[in-house]
Amino acid sequence: MPGVAAPAASRRGVAATREPDAIDRKLINALQGDFPLTGTPFADVAAAVGLDEAEVIARVQAMLRDRVLTRFGPMFQIERMGGAFCLAAMAVPEAVWGAVVEAVNAFPEVAHNYRREHGLNMWFVLATERPEGIAEVSRRIEAATGLPVHLFPKEREYFVEMKLEA
Amino acid sequence: MMTSPAPDPIGLDELDRRIVLATQDGLPLVPRPYAAVAEQLGCSEQAVRERLAQMLESGRIRRIGAVPNHYAIGYTANGMSVWNIDDAMIDAVGERVGALDFVTHCYRRPRHLPDWPYNLFAMVHAASREAALVRVEEIALLLEREFRGACKGRDVLFSAGILKKTGLRIAG
Repeated sequence: MPGVAAPAASRRGVAATREPDAIDRKLINALQGDFPLTGTPFADVAAAVGLDEAEVIARVQAMLRDRVLTRFGPMFQIERMGGAFCLAAMAVPEAVWGAVVEAVNAFPEVAHNYRREHGLNMWFVLATERPEGIAEVSRRIEAATGLPVHLFPKEREYFVEMKLEA
Repeated sequence: MMTSPAPDPIGLDELDRRIVLATQDGLPLVPRPYAAVAEQLGCSEQAVRERLAQMLESGRIRRIGAVPNHYAIGYTANGMSVWNIDDAMIDAVGERVGALDFVTHCYRRPRHLPDWPYNLFAMVHAASREAALVRVEEIALLLEREFRGACKGRDVLFSAGILKKTGLRIAG
């Protein structure tokens, strides 16, 4: 791994480029519920929040572009499809931070990646189509970065609720 | 006696798989998104909506909707609180902590001794680091009150940036 220093600006990763306005926030809250499985779901959401369909679509596009939203669509639970998720962590030296971010993020199996303030400073979620794929991708990440990957598989889930009021 | 078959909790048939592939980057932002997916796959819109409904029903889809960048909506402090809990009480503690309204995820995970003694992970989101720490302290007080002696240590790992957040990808 070459000693490529990351510029400070990139350390926050995919930060949003602007703040959502009041209408965006209303829409974010509405879109964290269940998006309708109807023929015209944007029109249905629009009617519920008092906007028109074209404005809802345009605002969702703009919020994705500006990274106010990170995703819009179905959230798949890969474990129910025969696959696996696993939380993983690495202790990444600051001198190679940028290069390791790039190397780790290049793996399509890396679904999320966060910088955290700890000796283990990089925490990411692996998602693979087969449970045995977790160990394999972990070894490939170790090979690509030269750093050990610590795996923290979920032993039990007590609660998951990702909705946050905007 | 005829009974309807229970939905298969795992495994994807060919059409389900193609729907996952077509939507894992997100739904098309058009007035009739399910029709657009159907057109891409060469099936009926009704089939796409039915399959999505079945995948929601069986838990293969958690939900359909938006994931906000939590920094952008004001949750600038994302603290992963981690706890070293006596194995005999871990599940009772996990259920209790997971039920707190400010905890968004709560899991039991393996320790990595000697450096990582923590076996309970509880994610706390708040508008400031101070507010997140107050909530972590609330958890600590609750444990002391209701599970005396169960907690042997704790830490909080604050997020300093989202490096990637794409959600899962299956290969085509």
